[in-house]
Formats: sequence, C-alpha cells, structure tokens
Amino acid sequence: MDVKTGLFYIFATVLILAAFRVITTRNPVHAVLFLVLSFFQASMIWMILEAEFLAITLVLVYVGAVMVLFLFVVMMLDLNLDAVRQGFWKHFPLAAVVAVVIILEMSAVLLAGFPVSEAPAAMAGVGQTVAESSNTRVLGLLLYTKYLYPLEVAAAILLVGMIAAIALTLRHRKDVKAIAPADQIRVKWADRLTVVKLDATQAAPSAPAAETALEEKKA
Amino acid sequence: MTLTLGHFLSLGAVLFALSVIGIFLNRKNLIVLLMAIELMLLAVNTNFVAFSHYLGDLNGQIFVFFILTVAAAEAAIGLAILVLLFRLKSNINVDELDSLKG
Repeated sequence: MDVKTGLFYIFATVLILAAFRVITTRNPVHAVLFLVLSFFQASMIWMILEAEFLAITLVLVYVGAVMVLFLFVVMMLDLNLDAVRQGFWKHFPLAAVVAVVIILEMSAVLLAGFPVSEAPAAMAGVGQTVAESSNTRVLGLLLYTKYLYPLEVAAAILLVGMIAAIALTLRHRKDVKAIAPADQIRVKWADRLTVVKLDATQAAPSAPAAETALEEKKA
Repeated sequence: MTLTLGHFLSLGAVLFALSVIGIFLNRKNLIVLLMAIELMLLAVNTNFVAFSHYLGDLNGQIFVFFILTVAAAEAAIGLAILVLLFRLKSNINVDELDSLKG
C-alpha cells in the first residue's frame, strides 16, 4: 500500500463522515460547515487524480462563493428547528436499507469491474505526456479552442443566474422617501419651466379720469 | 494494493447514496435538500474526474467545469427563491408549499 492509497483512504473516510454529518446534523449552520469540509476533502481527492485546476476551482468557487452564500442565507433565516426535524427518524430505516443496498451493489460492481490502475501516459488529444504539461494550460487550450462556444453559453448562464437572483430578491419599499434617479433623468426643461405668454406693452390705466375725480372731491 | 478506477467510482457511489438518504430524511427542510443536491453533484463530478484521469481524456474535466458553472447558477437562484419563500411564509417547510394545488 503506497502513500497515495493511504491518502485516498484518509480523504475518503473524512469525506464520507462529513457528508453523513451534513445530512444528519441538527443545526443547518453546522450542516453548511460540514459541507465545506466535504468539499475540501473532495478537492484533495481530485488532487490525487491530477486534476489540479479543478481542485483549486472547487475550493475557490465552491467553498469561497457558493458555500459562503449558503452560510449567509442559513444565518439570515430564523428557522424553527423542531418543526423542520419532525418525522426525521421515521424514514430512517427505509432510507438506510436503500442506501446500504445501493452502496454494496455499486461497490461490488465498480471495484471488480474497473481494475484499471495505470493512467495512460499521454492524454488523448493533447499529444504530450501528463507529467510534462500543466493541467491548467492544457485545460485552457481545450476550453478556448474546442469548447469556445459552450464557454460563452456558460458565461450567459452565469449572467442570467445573477440577474435572476437579484430580480427575485429585490424589494421595493414604499415607506422610504428615496428619489427615483430614472424619473430625475427623464425630466425635460419643459417640466421645470413654464413660459407665460404676456404682451410686450400694456395700456396704462386711464390716469386723467382719476385726477378729475379727486379734484371733484376736494371741491 | 494500489488505487484503481473502481475505488474512486465506489467513493462517488457512496457519496451519491448518502445524498439520496439525505433527501429521504430531510424532506421538510428545503435548505438541507439543496445541500444534498450539491453533494450529489460533487459525487458525479468525482466520477467524471476519475474517468478523465484513468482514460486519459481531458474532455471529462471540461465537463466538470461546466457542471460547476451551472451548479453555481442553480445554487444562487435556489437560494434567492428560498429567501423569497421565507419572506412570504416565515418558514421553509416543504409540506406547506401547496399553493399551486399540484
């Protein structure tokens, strides 16, 4: 048993224990933290499989962004744990039986059916040995040539996801006295300034008539 | 005893089975359901990476890359819907989500 095998068993054990705690733990915050642990272990497993770029991406993107998002949401919600946990152990025997059957059958088939233990010397479509080429560089070459169109579609999906998340959670509050920038920008000069039509010259009131009236009072 | 492809595939299978149990057990807790789905995707991705390594084909790793992209978008939208739901009903109990009368 070489070092790699030992490391695999350590990482796999911790991964499975963490995954088990994710689904059985009582507090959702603990579940998220165990999920972070299991992602780290999976990243190490991918490291054993010489997928360095994806292993680092898993830690950076998943643990750094998605899991932190989960953590924020879980901490923001005020969950009633007792109501959520109601009937938790009712389905456990059935679920355990199903899981044990799945695990035993698939392990029997997979362990016996895939005895490949040597990676091929050269990656298909790359033309050089795995050891002398950087995984990131080779992935980048493939991604930006053969998979350029899917990459752009992925970018569009991320954009749609971002816009959808913002649009869903945006809340318009009625009780705040905030200015609307859109309305401000849309204002024309005609809305602010009213031009009243006036004659340039106006006839003076008939002064001589008033004077004669005053003189009559004096008299 | 050296590592074979079967070891990694079994690990993926165990992880997938665990998340299936998680979905069975936490039928009322929407947020743990989302986490179980993330675990399932992790199991599938591990399978992809293992096959990619042992068959010497990098296209599998590219596929994992795209799965990660879509899963990130899915998690963001799922959590946004969750927050919206919590604002509306003040809980995330799956049993009470019957307003569509399905």
